[in-house]
Amino acid sequence: MQGTLRGRDLLQPRSLADALKMLRNEGPLVPLAGCTDLYVSLNFGTLKATRFLDLWNLDALRGIELRGGALRIGALTTYTEIRRSATIRRRLPMLAAAAREIGGVQIQNRGTIGGNVANASPAGDTLPVLLAADAVVVLRSAAGVRRVPMTSFYTGYRQSVATPEELIVAFEIPPVRGRQWFRKVGTRAAQAIAKIVVAGVQDREPRLAMGSVGPVPLRLWQTERALGSGASLAEAQQTLQREIAPIDDLRSTAEYRRQVAANLVAQFWNSRSGTTPGR
Amino acid sequence: MPKRAVGRNVRRKEGGDKVTGRARYVDDLRFEDILYVRTIRSTVPAGEIVDIRYGFDRAGFTVVDHRDIPGRNVVALIEDDQPSLVEFRVRHVAEPILLLAHSDRTTLAEARVSIACRETTPNFDPERSDTCFKSIAIEKGEIERGMAEADLIVEGEYRTGHQEQLYIEPNGVIAVPENGGITVYGSLQCPYYVHRALMVLLGLPAEKVRVVQTETGGGFGGKEEYPSMIAGHAALVAMKSGRPAKLIYDRVEDMLATTKRHPAIVRHRTGVKKDGRLTAMEIDVVLDGGAYATLSSVVLSRGMIHAAGPYRCDHVRARGRVMMTNTPPNGAFRGFGAPQTQFAVEVHMDAIADRLGIDPLKLRERNALRPGDTTATGQKLGRDCSALQVLREAGRRTSFSRRRKALEGTNRGIGLSLFFHGSGFTGGGEVKLASRASLALTGRGVQVRVASTEIGQGTRTMHAQIVAETLGVPYDQIDVSAADTSIVPDSGPTVASRTCMIVGRLLQRCAEEMRARLGGLTPSAYFRKHGGFVITKQYEPPPGLAWNEDAYRGDAYGSYGWACDVVEVEVDPVTYQATPVAFTTVHEIGRAIHPLLAAGQIEGGSLQGLGYALLEEVVMRDGRMANAQLTNYIIPTTLDTPPMEVRILERPYQHGPFGAKGVGEMPIDGPAPAVVNALRHAGVVLSEIPATPEKIMKGTMKRSG
Amino acid sequence: MRLTVNRRTVVVKAHPLTRLLDVLREECGLTGTKEGCGEGECGACTVLIDGQPVNSCLVPVAHARGTRITTIEGLAGSHPLQRAFVEQGGAQCGICTPGMIMAAAALGPHPTLEEIRTGLAGNLCRCTGYTAIYRSIQRASRR
Repeated sequence: MQGTLRGRDLLQPRSLADALKMLRNEGPLVPLAGCTDLYVSLNFGTLKATRFLDLWNLDALRGIELRGGALRIGALTTYTEIRRSATIRRRLPMLAAAAREIGGVQIQNRGTIGGNVANASPAGDTLPVLLAADAVVVLRSAAGVRRVPMTSFYTGYRQSVATPEELIVAFEIPPVRGRQWFRKVGTRAAQAIAKIVVAGVQDREPRLAMGSVGPVPLRLWQTERALGSGASLAEAQQTLQREIAPIDDLRSTAEYRRQVAANLVAQFWNSRSGTTPGR
Repeated sequence: MPKRAVGRNVRRKEGGDKVTGRARYVDDLRFEDILYVRTIRSTVPAGEIVDIRYGFDRAGFTVVDHRDIPGRNVVALIEDDQPSLVEFRVRHVAEPILLLAHSDRTTLAEARVSIACRETTPNFDPERSDTCFKSIAIEKGEIERGMAEADLIVEGEYRTGHQEQLYIEPNGVIAVPENGGITVYGSLQCPYYVHRALMVLLGLPAEKVRVVQTETGGGFGGKEEYPSMIAGHAALVAMKSGRPAKLIYDRVEDMLATTKRHPAIVRHRTGVKKDGRLTAMEIDVVLDGGAYATLSSVVLSRGMIHAAGPYRCDHVRARGRVMMTNTPPNGAFRGFGAPQTQFAVEVHMDAIADRLGIDPLKLRERNALRPGDTTATGQKLGRDCSALQVLREAGRRTSFSRRRKALEGTNRGIGLSLFFHGSGFTGGGEVKLASRASLALTGRGVQVRVASTEIGQGTRTMHAQIVAETLGVPYDQIDVSAADTSIVPDSGPTVASRTCMIVGRLLQRCAEEMRARLGGLTPSAYFRKHGGFVITKQYEPPPGLAWNEDAYRGDAYGSYGWACDVVEVEVDPVTYQATPVAFTTVHEIGRAIHPLLAAGQIEGGSLQGLGYALLEEVVMRDGRMANAQLTNYIIPTTLDTPPMEVRILERPYQHGPFGAKGVGEMPIDGPAPAVVNALRHAGVVLSEIPATPEKIMKGTMKRSG
Repeated sequence: MRLTVNRRTVVVKAHPLTRLLDVLREECGLTGTKEGCGEGECGACTVLIDGQPVNSCLVPVAHARGTRITTIEGLAGSHPLQRAFVEQGGAQCGICTPGMIMAAAALGPHPTLEEIRTGLAGNLCRCTGYTAIYRSIQRASRR
C-alpha cells in the first residue's frame, strides 16, 4: 500500500443538501460511495485528488420504488440490494442479472449503481443495461435538478455531461416493453472485468447496448434499426461492425471483441429465453 | 500399542492457529523501534545508471546502496551473478538499486528519488540472446537410426509463457540486528538458502546469522530463492541503522519484481511406426531465464530429464538451453521445468495420435514405460513404475474411449495426459546437499528438528506421523520445532518434492535409532532415567544409484511418481471460452502418509495447472509485466473450478519412508496438456497456452476456413 | 471514532480514509484479517459488517462507524466452520482462511454446493483447489 493520507480530506455531509452545498462552495471534491473503484487508486498512490466527499451515509440517495410508472433506483443502491429487490427482478431483470455478475459477494455488498455510472468505465456492467432501458440520469446540484437521458450522458472516454457541482442521485427507468437479455463475457467466471458486455430488449423495436467496444458504452441505434426493419442477421452484424470501435487492451483484442459482438447479437436475436443464457 | 499414524488423516499440527487468526505471518509481527523499507527499482530494462538525485530531506532516513554492502554484492545461489543492489549496470525492469527506510510509512512513501539511466538496447527474445546460462544434451541410442526405422515423422512446436506463483501472502521479511549479527524472520521455504546468502552479503560467520521461518502463506517455489534477495535488503538496512527493518511487498511490487516460471519453446521431431510405436524422439528446448541465472540451470535440468515423457523409446536426442533476456529473472515454480516440457510432449503425442488415426489412450498404452524399461537418460525402472496402472485406471474411471466417441460432433472434448515426476534433487544433487535431520529427546518429549518448512502442505504433520509410527509413540506426543537455523540442521530446501521422501526418510532413520536406544522405555521414562539426547542423520544415497553429470546419463532420480489426468472441456461457440467441466486424476505416489493432505496437494496443484492452461497469462511489454494486479492476472475462482475426482494409488518405493515418494509438484504437470488435448478433440488445435478464448477463436476460424 | 468490533467498542484515531483493514490490524491489534492484494480481488481481508461480507481493504474506516464489525477473532474458536476447516483440509497455508471462513459464515446454515461456490467466488485460494473448502463447509453445516 503506497498511497499516503497526509493532506487528504474526507468531507462528511449530513444531508444531500449539505453535500450539494459543499460541492458548490468547497470544491473540487471527488465523491466517494461504496469505494470499490476510486479507493483502490487512492491506496495504490495513483490518485492525485486530495479532497473527497463521503456520500455513503446519505439515505436520500437510496431506495428502490415505483414512482408514477417509472422505476426509480437511488444512486447508492448496492448490487446486493438490486439483486434482492423483487421490484427490480420483476421490472428490470437484466439489471439484476448484471448485478449478479459484478465481482464476488463482497463487492456486491458495497458497490453502487451510481458509482458504476460515475466511474464511467466503458466496461461498466450496468451501463449497457441502463442504455438499453432508456434510463434517465437524475442529477442534482445546489442550483436544482436536471434529468439527462443515459444515452446522452457520456461525451467521451470517462467523461460525462455532469458538472463538478452535480451528483447523480437516482436513475429513472420507464417501463420496458419486451423480453430483456443480458450477457457479460468476462476474463473468467467470477470477479472479472468485462471483455464485452451486452444488454438488449427483444421487441418489434429492439434495443441493444454494448460495453467494452468503444471509449464509451454504446447504444447500438443502427444495429437495432437493422434488426427491427427485418434485415438479415448478417446485414445487422455488418451494421454492428460499423457502429463499434473496440481496441486491443490488456484483457482482449479488437478482433475477438468484433467477432464475439457479432456472435452475441446473433445469440440475442435468436434467443427465446430471458436473461443471461447458458447459466 | 498406540494407534497407527502413517496412512491416517491425523489432526494437523498447524491447523488450529490458522483458523482462528492466531497464526503469525511476517506482517503480523510487531517490533519496537521498527523501520519500514522501500525498494527503489530500475524503470528501464537495460542500461547504465548515470545519476541519482534525492528529492527529499534525508533526515530520519536510512539510505542503503551497493556501497553499504559489507560482504559481496551478490545474492548467493548457484552462479552468484546477481547483485543484491545495482552498482551501475541495469539488466531488467524493477531491478533493485536503492533501499530507503524510515519509521513513518507516509514519509517513506512520499520520498522522491530520480534515477537517470543511459539506456542500452534490451533483448527480450531468448532465441536471439547470446548469453546462455546452461545447456544440456541427452543422448540415447542413435537418433538417425531411430528416424530411419520410422514409418512417419511428426513435427511440432509448443510454447508456454510465464506463470506467476500467486501465493496469497506476498514476499516479506523482518531483519533484526542482534548478538553482533542479524536475525531474519520471513515468509520463506528455505531457511538455509537465506542463511548462506546473508553470510555472503554481510560478510558474517554462520553463527552470527539466524533465519527463522514465520508462518508462510504459500510458496510454490516463489519463496525458494527470492527470499534471499529480500532478506538481504532488510538485513542491510537493519545493519546500517541498528534497528529492526521490515520489508513487505505489496501485490503489485511482488508481481513486477519477483521470479516466475520460465517461458519455454519446445520443438519435437518424432519417428513413429504405423502402429504407434515410438522409434525416435528428437527434442529441442529453449527456456527464457530472464536477466540472471538464479536456478535456471536446475530448471533446465529437470525439464530436460522429463522432456521425452513417460515413454519407452530406444533413440532419444534432447537438447536444451536456457538463455538470458532483459526481463526480471525467472525462478522456481512448482514443477520446475517439467510442466513446460511435459506440456509439449503430451500435446505432441495427441498430434501423433491424430496423424495415425489411433486413440490417444491406446497410443500411450503402447509406449508407456514399464518396469525394466530405461528412460531417456538410461535409468532402468523398477517395480514402482506405474505408468500403465495410472493410465488404465484413469481411462477406466472416465470411460475415456467410450466418452471420446460419444462427444464426437459436440462442442465438448475429452483429453488426457500421462506424466511422471522425479522426487528429490537430480542426480548427485542430494549428495551435494548432504541434508541432515535431527530428532531430540528432551524433558518435554520427542522433537523433530528439520529445516523443512510448512508452507501449506502439512510438513510438520507428515514428519510427526513418520516419527510417531517408527518410534511407536502416539502422534500427539511428537513435537516439531520451528524452522529456525539456530535450532535445526540444514535439511536442504523445501522443494523438489523431497520433503517427505528424502527428509522424511532421514527422520525415519533417526527414529529407528531412537527406538533402539529407548529400549522399550517411553520417552519420558527414558529421560527421567538417563537424560536427553539428539540423533542426527545425514543423507545417504540409496545403493546402486549412479549418475553421470557430464554425459547426463544414469539414474536421474531415486524414484518417480506417475499420474494421468483426464479432463472434459466445453467450448462456448459464441464466446470461444473453454470451461473444464470434469476433471479426474490418478496419482501413484508410493504411499500416502496422510491421505487428506496428499489429496490436497493433488487438488491444489491440479487447479494451478488448469489456471496455467486456460487463464494465467503474464503480459510483458518492453520487459515489464503490464498486468501486475490481481484484476488483470487471473487465477481460478470457485466458479472456474470443475468438480475434481482424485484417486491415489500406492506402489511403495523401497527407499522412501513407508514407501512414500513425492507428491508436491507432480499434479501441476498434467492439466495443461490434458486441456489442450481435450480442445483438439473438440476441434480446436492449439500449440500454446494459455488457451484463451482469443486463441481458441483463431483456432476455430481456421478450421471453418 | 467509535467502532464496534467483535461486540466490543473500540476508539480509533486513524484518518477517516484509512482502510478498515489497517485499522483492524494495527490500531485494534487484530491481525487475523489479512492483506493479499489491496484491490478487493482476493478476499483475504473479508470481514463482516452488519453480518455482510465486505473487503476491508476497500472500506474507509469512516464507513464503519455505527456498524457491527466481525472479524475472524470474533468467532468463538470452536465455531463449527473452524473445526471443519482443520479436520477436512480446508486450510493449507492458511492465509486465505480467515477471509474464507468469514465469507462462509455469512452463507447461512445449509448452503447448497452452488451457493457455496457463488458465495465464495470473491475469495481466492491458491493452495487447496477449493474442494476441501466445500467439504469443510458442508461438514460444518451438518453440525
